Amino acid sequence: MEDVRKIKVKYMVEKDDFMRAGQASSNIKKILKKLGLDSQILRRVAIATYEAEMNIIIHSEGGFIELEIHPDKIRINVEDNGPGIKDIDLAMKAGYSTAPNKIRELGFGAGMGLPNIKRCCDEFNIKSSLGEYTRLELLIYNK
Amino acid sequence: MTLREIQELLDAEILCGWEFLDKKIESVFASDLMSDVLAFANEKTLLLTGLVNAHTIRTAEMLDISAIVFVRGKKPDEETLELAKENKMVIMSTKHIMYVSSGILYTNNLKGASLPKK
Ligand SMILES: Nc1ncnc2c1ncn2[C@@H]1O[C@H](COP(=O)(O)OP(=O)(O)OP(=O)(O)O)[C@@H](O)[C@H]1O
Ligand SMILES: [Mg+2]
Repeated sequence: MEDVRKIKVKYMVEKDDFMRAGQASSNIKKILKKLGLDSQILRRVAIATYEAEMNIIIHSEGGFIELEIHPDKIRINVEDNGPGIKDIDLAMKAGYSTAPNKIRELGFGAGMGLPNIKRCCDEFNIKSSLGEYTRLELLIYNK
Repeated sequence: MTLREIQELLDAEILCGWEFLDKKIESVFASDLMSDVLAFANEKTLLLTGLVNAHTIRTAEMLDISAIVFVRGKKPDEETLELAKENKMVIMSTKHIMYVSSGILYTNNLKGASLPKK
């Protein structure tokens, strides 16, 4: 049976949509804040979702961020429609970035996003298939 | 140190958030790179930056940073300011360049933001 205490929200994120960049993460943060989540946990969720949202906007063909609130944990599923990541180990290295100059001018593209997401999460899982998708499964415990 | 004292030290113009000037700041993070801000800054930190767009505000929002000083006389547009107001932030603009602004705050005993433990 579906856990009635579970809340699920899904936000579509579009490619190159710099105008609305951060809206999904901002909404997610507001929902969790209303639920009275601890502020440190809230910050970790917010940073992870914002980095993931920016990555969809900057690097992918578009995708979604899904928030699942469980009594004991926050689960965030991020998925996009490609182009995928060829070398995940390399992409996870702090400082590695393929972002073009125009992205750097916006203040991004330092290659800090993925390692920062990992640091914020209790469980971090990344999967990617070239030409198909990149998928992140993030868990943050609500202790 | 309060935001009011910081405003005086930097001779800064307040662009929004007058009602929050009594808030206390414990440390400062100076950067134009939001990626670095997201990786290293914590709350109760003042953000000193030359990057004046909506991403700066969004980044601050995610981190619960409630005060931003734009250096070198830069000012955000109306839309960006609106976003800051919604988030109850104090936004200031100082004529000083980043280096001088940092120096002024540092010599007045405001420490750099501590880096998170790995
Ligand atoms: N969703 C994605 N789809 C395709 N490639 C990606 C995706 N996310 C990350 N990458 C690749 O991995 C690299 C590293 O990502 P990471 O988020 O760590 O840094 P960045 O986005 O380049 O810069 P920053 O996050 O500091 O703004 C990116 O430059 C890009 O090449
Ligand atoms: Mg990134």
